[in-house]
Amino acid sequence: MILDTQLLYGLVGIFLFSLGLSSAFASSALLRRILAINVAGAGLFLLLIAVAYRGPEINPDPLPHALVLTGIVVAFSATALALALVKRLRETDDD
Amino acid sequence: MTDSLVWSIALPLSGAILSVLLPRAANGIGLASVLGSLAAALAVIWTVADQGPLTYAIGGWTPGLGIALRADGLSALLLLLSALVAVAASVYATAYFRQAEQRQRFWTLWLLLLSALHALFLAADLFNLYVTLELLGLSAAALTALSGQREALEAALRYLLLGLLGSLAFLAGVALLYTGYGSLDISTLTHRLSPGLTGWSAAALMTSGLLIKTALFPLHFWLPPAHANAPAPVSAILSALVVKAAFYLVLRLWLEPFASLSTPELVQMLGVLGAIAVIWGSWQALQAERLKLLAAYSTLAQIGYLFLFLPLILETSDETLRHAALGGLLLMALTHGLAKSALFLAAGVVQQHAGHDRIAELRGTAQALPATTFTLALAGVALIGLPPSGAFLGKWQLIAGALQAELWWMLGVVLAGSLLAAGYVFRLLGHAFGQARYPARSLSIGRQEIPALGLGLAATLLLGLFSAPVWSLLAGLAPAGGLNP
Amino acid sequence: MSFDAWLPALIVLSSLLPGVLIFTLREGSHRLRTSLNLGGALLKLLLVGIMIWGVFHEHVYESRWSLAPGLDLVLHADALSVLFVSLSTLLWLVTTVYAIGYLETSPHRSRFFGFFSLCVTATVGLALAGNLFTFVIFYELLTLATYPLVAHRGTPEAIRGARIYLKYTLSGGVLLLFGVIWLQVLAGPIAFVQGGILSDLPAELHPQLGWIFLLMILGLGVKAAIVPLHGWLPQAMVAPAPVSALLHAVAVVKAGAFGIVRVVYDVYGVEFAAELGLLTSLGLAAAVTIVYGSVRALSQDNLKKRLAYSTVSQVSYIALGTAILGPIATIGGVVHLVHQGVMKITLFFAAGNYAETLGIHKVSEMDGVGRRMPGTTLAFSIGALGMIGVPPVAGFVSKWYLGLGAVEAGLASWVLPVLVASSLLNAAYFLPILYRAWFRTSASDWPHEQIPARRLETHGSLLWPPVMTALLALAAGLFAAAPYSPLEWAELIAAREYRQ
Repeated sequence: MILDTQLLYGLVGIFLFSLGLSSAFASSALLRRILAINVAGAGLFLLLIAVAYRGPEINPDPLPHALVLTGIVVAFSATALALALVKRLRETDDD
Repeated sequence: MTDSLVWSIALPLSGAILSVLLPRAANGIGLASVLGSLAAALAVIWTVADQGPLTYAIGGWTPGLGIALRADGLSALLLLLSALVAVAASVYATAYFRQAEQRQRFWTLWLLLLSALHALFLAADLFNLYVTLELLGLSAAALTALSGQREALEAALRYLLLGLLGSLAFLAGVALLYTGYGSLDISTLTHRLSPGLTGWSAAALMTSGLLIKTALFPLHFWLPPAHANAPAPVSAILSALVVKAAFYLVLRLWLEPFASLSTPELVQMLGVLGAIAVIWGSWQALQAERLKLLAAYSTLAQIGYLFLFLPLILETSDETLRHAALGGLLLMALTHGLAKSALFLAAGVVQQHAGHDRIAELRGTAQALPATTFTLALAGVALIGLPPSGAFLGKWQLIAGALQAELWWMLGVVLAGSLLAAGYVFRLLGHAFGQARYPARSLSIGRQEIPALGLGLAATLLLGLFSAPVWSLLAGLAPAGGLNP
Repeated sequence: MSFDAWLPALIVLSSLLPGVLIFTLREGSHRLRTSLNLGGALLKLLLVGIMIWGVFHEHVYESRWSLAPGLDLVLHADALSVLFVSLSTLLWLVTTVYAIGYLETSPHRSRFFGFFSLCVTATVGLALAGNLFTFVIFYELLTLATYPLVAHRGTPEAIRGARIYLKYTLSGGVLLLFGVIWLQVLAGPIAFVQGGILSDLPAELHPQLGWIFLLMILGLGVKAAIVPLHGWLPQAMVAPAPVSALLHAVAVVKAGAFGIVRVVYDVYGVEFAAELGLLTSLGLAAAVTIVYGSVRALSQDNLKKRLAYSTVSQVSYIALGTAILGPIATIGGVVHLVHQGVMKITLFFAAGNYAETLGIHKVSEMDGVGRRMPGTTLAFSIGALGMIGVPPVAGFVSKWYLGLGAVEAGLASWVLPVLVASSLLNAAYFLPILYRAWFRTSASDWPHEQIPARRLETHGSLLWPPVMTALLALAAGLFAAAPYSPLEWAELIAAREYRQ
């Protein structure tokens, strides 16, 4: 049961990662690509959390959690920068 | 002396923060912090040469949860290169940016990028590497967009998104390695890793992520627009250092944790991609109409040369050949770092002076800007690989290694690449030497011309004549076949 | 380190440092630039004098600097290098005086003299090179330092000539580099040792040694202007006269010829090279070049181009002497290294004087020029007669030894006809010039008279250099048997080469 939960999370993580990655390559719309990269990132974080899980009794491995937290911060700033660039691009189009 | 490891990262980082708080003093803060980090880098290399590899656990936390820094000959040399180029480009930047607002933004992002770069060279575990890669990518993309022009914004966005994809792939590989081997520490992994699905998938993900970032053919398409549209000092550091940081990781990973996974076919393939990059990049540079685009394409070719070395280093049991080739590789990388930054800085001067950088319309440059033209020539000599540049010694090792390993195709690549490089360099110089009605000027002492000239001289004379320590610093680094028994 | 270990490096630095300083000078600082130029040239002459004395007294001069594992920069003095260094140093001094006069009023003098000094530095460096690695470094440096000199005027023709020059020399340089690295992979670092060092290699490597020889000779043949690799030389004539003089008499073509001598004598060893059957093709290529260059020179009306094709022809005498097995031919080839340099530089100086003083660029404009410029024309005549091989000028000595050497080696059947044909052709393209200059009267005004005749026919710094070098060419022939003469050094070199 434990194993199944972990496996489920892990597989969903991998699925989201691949989905995001393929759509990031496939689509040309900027906003879509930014979102796709975020989806891929979320899938990866899910996978890392699944890896950290060691059963209900035992504390989960703290290291992947630390990684995910850092990763979220990084992904957040990267998304912010990308959106800011898109906005500037739109503004130059309007001029 | 292990403190100097921290200082080389902490000084630019605190400079970045200070430059936000005290925007008026940004020039001074920036210069002080890059000079400080140069001193730290010198201390690092001095200590490594004297006592061997250094490690340092920040705050006393044990590796695993804490952050560990490590410096051996390879990372110390690249750290020094980075600090040196940073000083020259910073001096240049104090005169380059004319708008106060742009200058202040530049300094903050610039110092942030520099501390990420230094942290990357010194990181001892894979997760820190991921973080530094991301920081590097973010600050580099933001710097590319600095001019705010449409082409720059587009190039920056493409650069950012591809960089993100690359680091995601890297992170996925890191996650796999942690799942499979329970550690992120590079040296621990080097001992634990064995051939298998987990290892191979991780290696494939991480390497392809890094190949995007180092712009190896055919993943290079984002580089020319990004490097050609950024402000000159930014292009200098992007082309000289940032792509090389990703290459450094490829080298480090395959020398250490992935050494047991390497197969002749795989390494040969990387070498062949490098060969295509050499020819393709040089050919595009020969066709380029703008100076900065020429410089950017030449970077593609130079990255190709670095990959060309890999078959000689990773798939040989001959320790002497391996050591010679590793030194040659490093020397090529160092020379290119200095020469390419010199080229971009000089291109910036040409652009500001002439108002454009169209190669065919540069006649008279040699009369109006003798020092800058000389810089272009020095950088060109280093890019072709002619003596007395460090790249000459590097290419010598490449050719000698290819002859010893009987990789004949490599000789053709080096021959064609060198002649094409001579073609694009002397096409540029031919136009620059053309006579025009400019007032003749003697050597002009400028805050922009001098640092560029200094870098050019370092790439040719310094690395050409005083590079013997490179080999002694690399001695004992990762013996053949990895560290695995 | 002792003085002996520093002397070769100092000789190289004595033109490098002034050159670097000159780059930084303002256009107007004429006096400082001139003192740096002449000071460097005189200092070099003094240092070379010490070296000649020392080599004669069996001092060992060697500067060594490690660049990488197995790659040492070595500067070393032996009899052959002393010969070439003395030639370069002496002619540098003379050419500097000439160039100061010639470029008096033209722009970019700092750049010109800076690269000029670098060019001499590279020449001296390759003369003193103690191993193939060092030779290759200075050989490439020479290419780089001469490019801006050829492109100096910045006109489209100059840029074009410089580009052609580069295409040839850089391609040649790459071939040489590949050959040298290949050889080094087979045999380790290749130091120059009289008699060669390769004869000990196992026989199964001999075919590879043949290919390597071909690569290296092709690479060196570009600068030595061996047909069909000579195409750059006439194009490079767009350079200012002092550059043409230096390029064609000393630096570039001699670098190629000197390299061939080094490879045959001090890397392969002439006897081993003959044993591998490598010398015959080299000799044939040289013979073809000798005749071809002379034939092409016949039809050139442009004076400098005629001299350029003459150079193509004359430089191959050195390769020919090298390709003939036997001490006498060796003497002829090696001594021609010096003799051709002194004579050809005289001719180029004179051609520059005609152009600068009277605007004469073509042979057909030279009618009666002997009366207007007797000193220059006398110098030109001595050089031309020497080229033809008329005694007692130096060229006669070279041809004499080459001919004798061919007889000694049993190759008289084809070498002697080549020598005779070439001398007849030399006469056919030089004597008409002398006839025009001395015996025809000038038809009208000179094309573009820029320097009026006062006490002297032209500026003193333009007149004295050709007169000096003409006297040297005469002296080298008249006093060929005197101690320290070029011939004596060549005999010393030949004696050591064949001692084994």
